[in-house]
Amino acid sequence: MFVAAVLALLATMVLTIVRALLGPTLYDRLSAVNSFGTKIMLFIAVFGFLTGRPEFLDIALVYSLINFVATVAVLKFYEYDDLGSGAYQEDDY
Amino acid sequence: MPDFVLVLLTGLAWVLMLIGCVFVVAGGVGLLRLPDLYTRLHAAGVTDTGSTIFMLLGMVIIALVEYQNPWIAAKLILILFFTLFTTPTCSHALAKIALLSGLVPIDENGKPILASPKLAKKMALSRKPKEGFEADDEGDNSNKDGAS
Repeated sequence: MFVAAVLALLATMVLTIVRALLGPTLYDRLSAVNSFGTKIMLFIAVFGFLTGRPEFLDIALVYSLINFVATVAVLKFYEYDDLGSGAYQEDDY
Repeated sequence: MPDFVLVLLTGLAWVLMLIGCVFVVAGGVGLLRLPDLYTRLHAAGVTDTGSTIFMLLGMVIIALVEYQNPWIAAKLILILFFTLFTTPTCSHALAKIALLSGLVPIDENGKPILASPKLAKKMALSRKPKEGFEADDEGDNSNKDGAS
């Protein structure tokens, strides 16, 4: 069962990488990278169960949180060219 | 616990993990094959959340039945909790900023639903759905909507 889950996750990670390499816009690549991070988080958890050592779950927990923060930070950086800016800027509209 | 309950719970965990696998692969195929950023975002976001729910619930059952360790189950539920918050938030932020940067969604025939990227930016800034944005750029639809 865990072997099947690991194989499905690996196949999906390949598809996600293909989308990240092909993606016409930046946002396609970002959504693919975000999805890839979720798959890695699941992969770490499933692989811990597969090898009989579920202690890897801490790493999966940290990975899911860092994945979220990284995606939002990259989005903010590309939108505002600045990680410290607050609200929407006037000259955008 | 009696034996058949253990067998039943393990079978339930198998079924949940297999549903999670189907969700994961469907999400990957959808991410690769759908035509437009917003549809791909739908595929990625929905299946990320769904597959995480099913796989982690299956692993919770395994941790409780096979390992008999409630801390592992607690960690899995914590991961599930955070993922249920972060994945939809990421999808929302991605879609909103893509619209804000002027990426126009397409309809089922492959034509853009808005006339210009400027309208997409306007749509991203308003709190209303699409109606009123197919008209001219200069029409003050936002005021009318706000008054009604």
